[in-house]
Amino acid sequence: MAELQIDPQAPSFQQEMKDLAEDLLTKIDGGDLGKIVGVVNNINGVRDRTLYDEIGKLTRGLHNAIKDIKTGDELSEESGMGQASDKLAYVIEMTDKAANRTMDLAEEGMPLNTEIFEGAVDLQEQWQKFLRKELKPNEFRDLTKKIDSYLSKTQVNSKKISSKLSDILMAQDFQDLTGQVIQRVTKLVAEVEDRLVDLVAMAGEVDRITGISHGESYKNEPQPEDDKKIVAEGPQIDTSLEGVVDGQDDVDDLLSSLGF
Amino acid sequence: MKILVVDDFSTMRRIVKNLLRDLGFTNTQEADDGLTALPMLQNGDFDFLVTDWNMPGMTGLDLLKHVRADDKLKTLPVLMVTAEAKRDQIVAAAQAGVNGYVVKPFTAAVLKEKIDKIFERVDG
Repeated sequence: MAELQIDPQAPSFQQEMKDLAEDLLTKIDGGDLGKIVGVVNNINGVRDRTLYDEIGKLTRGLHNAIKDIKTGDELSEESGMGQASDKLAYVIEMTDKAANRTMDLAEEGMPLNTEIFEGAVDLQEQWQKFLRKELKPNEFRDLTKKIDSYLSKTQVNSKKISSKLSDILMAQDFQDLTGQVIQRVTKLVAEVEDRLVDLVAMAGEVDRITGISHGESYKNEPQPEDDKKIVAEGPQIDTSLEGVVDGQDDVDDLLSSLGF
Repeated sequence: MKILVVDDFSTMRRIVKNLLRDLGFTNTQEADDGLTALPMLQNGDFDFLVTDWNMPGMTGLDLLKHVRADDKLKTLPVLMVTAEAKRDQIVAAAQAGVNGYVVKPFTAAVLKEKIDKIFERVDG
């Protein structure tokens, strides 16, 4: 990957300008208008040449940065920004699939468990009756049959539930796959940030030569409190930040302080 | 009791619906953002709204504001179930007239507690 060099000639530009300025002062003292104009033209020349150099470097840097991001040697061969969004779309798809698979299995398991539970409640009722010697002989015959069928049914249901539970475990394998994808995309984002920082430094050099000042607009001034719009921001990753609640208890405290 | 569950993620709608079913609320319908939810609320006789905040189209906060501004809907109990966890946001939701606020990730017990509390207050 091509390293972006930030203007190694900068001191010499400054030196050249300084020399020319001193020369200009001497010429002004001398009073020869023709020579004065000559030096001024030289100053303009140096400034223009350096400016073109810097803009050239900036353009080349920008070009390389885009090329690097497109070929994305930090990611797989076919990667780039477009692929990064594809990869993240894949993460959403994988997590969605895993979540639905898990919920399917859990929902399938619930009625099986309910059957076991209700069967046990029913049997216990009659068993208590038997212990209290309230059961008639024909009822007892029914009970033995019921116990028999309950035992077989429970074996079948337990087996099914076990297999669903292990399928639920297996459905969590997305974490490994999506984790790897997210790590790669994170790496790409860091890479893009590095390139941008380099480009900003190069653009700063152009600004220095042309004497352009971007003023305050470039700074990220925090907005005054009144203008702050309340918008959705998604999950807060760091709950230790100021103004962020740490869990439901904090929310409840805040709301009750507001009279809820 | 007819409940509308609004969230842009189908898995979260499914989780909330499942929890509501466990709590005995079986008559639920779904919408994936405020824009689809609002006409459903206006045309249906919903008794309760459970909504996410961060959704494309119309957010949950805007939906809440629309509900409170609608003569027919303004008394509808609204529970917000959201990942938005800034104090300013919770205050804004409270000012907009939310009846309960649950931050994700949440538990079945928390959801039940908040729903019970809302209806205690509405009924009492």
